[in-house]
Amino acid sequence: MNYTKRLGGQTVEFTQKPTILGCGVVVGKKEGEGPLGNDFDTVENDPLFGQETWEKAESAMVNKAITSCLSKSGLSAEDVNYIVAGDLLNQCTASSFGVRELGVPFLGIYGACSTMAEGLTLAAMLVDGGYAGKVIAAAGSHFCSAEKQYRFPLEYGGQRPPGAQWTVTGCGAIAVGTGGTVQITHATTGRIEDMGIKDANNMGAAMAPAFVSTLKAHLQDTGRTISDYDLILSGDLGSVGHTIASELLDKEGYAIGANYKDCGMMIFDSQTQDTHSGGSGCGCGASVLCGHILPQLESKTLRRVLFIATGALLSPTTTLQGESIPAIAHAIALTV
Amino acid sequence: MKQTDYTKYAEARTPNSPIWKNMLLAFLVGGAICTIGQLINNFFKCRGLDATEASTATSIVLIFLSILFTGLDLYDRLAKYAGAGTIVPITGFANAVASPAIEFKSEGYILGVGAKMFVVAGPVITYGIVSSVVAGLIYYLFLL
Repeated sequence: MNYTKRLGGQTVEFTQKPTILGCGVVVGKKEGEGPLGNDFDTVENDPLFGQETWEKAESAMVNKAITSCLSKSGLSAEDVNYIVAGDLLNQCTASSFGVRELGVPFLGIYGACSTMAEGLTLAAMLVDGGYAGKVIAAAGSHFCSAEKQYRFPLEYGGQRPPGAQWTVTGCGAIAVGTGGTVQITHATTGRIEDMGIKDANNMGAAMAPAFVSTLKAHLQDTGRTISDYDLILSGDLGSVGHTIASELLDKEGYAIGANYKDCGMMIFDSQTQDTHSGGSGCGCGASVLCGHILPQLESKTLRRVLFIATGALLSPTTTLQGESIPAIAHAIALTV
Repeated sequence: MKQTDYTKYAEARTPNSPIWKNMLLAFLVGGAICTIGQLINNFFKCRGLDATEASTATSIVLIFLSILFTGLDLYDRLAKYAGAGTIVPITGFANAVASPAIEFKSEGYILGVGAKMFVVAGPVITYGIVSSVVAGLIYYLFLL
């Protein structure tokens, strides 16, 4: 077998031009009040999305984002060969319950907050490999269900440390096929990096080394440089992780500067919205990519973007057992 | 970079909690809750209850108010600023029991509300009882 589409150790190059056909994005009220509020298709003011539980609300949000993606891409569910989706809930129930009425073959994935990039990697591979004509990749998270699962009940009176992040209520769904404007050219799949951070309230610090590792692997594998990109976008490192990642890269001789932004820092105004280090969650990178970045690529305001979504692969159990936080980052290169 | 170097470096890059501001707010809010408690206590004493009865009645009123404000989504808003000031008084314990009861109601009254009500406050009960047993033993052995 000749692996002609592989570049270096961690990257694949898509030769059949898989492209983005359209996307749908649904966010919550707080995200709608943030600096990017006007960029999202749907801002749902009811945190329960008209349902009785947070879990049902999150599934409804996933369903809404996928339905919106279908209609904006001019597709019906029958046109789609696969949905590749994931979320933060145990057993990925937000995604599987969210797609159960759609009747589309479904692959559930888990990459914590890196899920959008993981889904796009698989979607582009399926299309590029000729296994599918159209694939939807989706990822979402909900503040309330995430708090309930990972931290404390919502009404519990506790304080968040300044390095903590705020889980984004949002879901992005992207249709991948052929014939669209924005092309997915490369995907670099990350390796797990664990630098010994144990504080579950400091995920930016835990994930920054994974971001650095995947970015370096991407540049090495493709022979590209940082300045080849108009924008390098991390998923949810927050301000702490953004600072650490910039310094680590600087120390290793990679001059990363104004073209490096973080979705977690963009989606909220940390001063007025009390989100501390910034946004986090699968929905953070997914909704900023769908709502804010893809339209700029379509309009050619941006021409080359490297989206690197990072994930902290911890669970409440591993945190209680004193384990450090393994982190991962996957990169997707987008070009018009 | 080695893991130990990195954790030190990352710690230095992470902002610390504003400890003096937190302590001041905790003192003011915690003190205010205790003052309200004292006012309630004085009220009950004026109405004819003895000291023990007045203390019990005060606790009942404070617990009721805490749970009411938890249900109205107000207690956690105050706690965001007050920190230990809202956790340490009896109202904090009531909040720690009421909040999971509200959160896990969706999982049923037995295994949701019933079982998970003590998910936050459980350790306080367990170790409160353990330490009172230890204190009782010390008292029994040395002071009797």
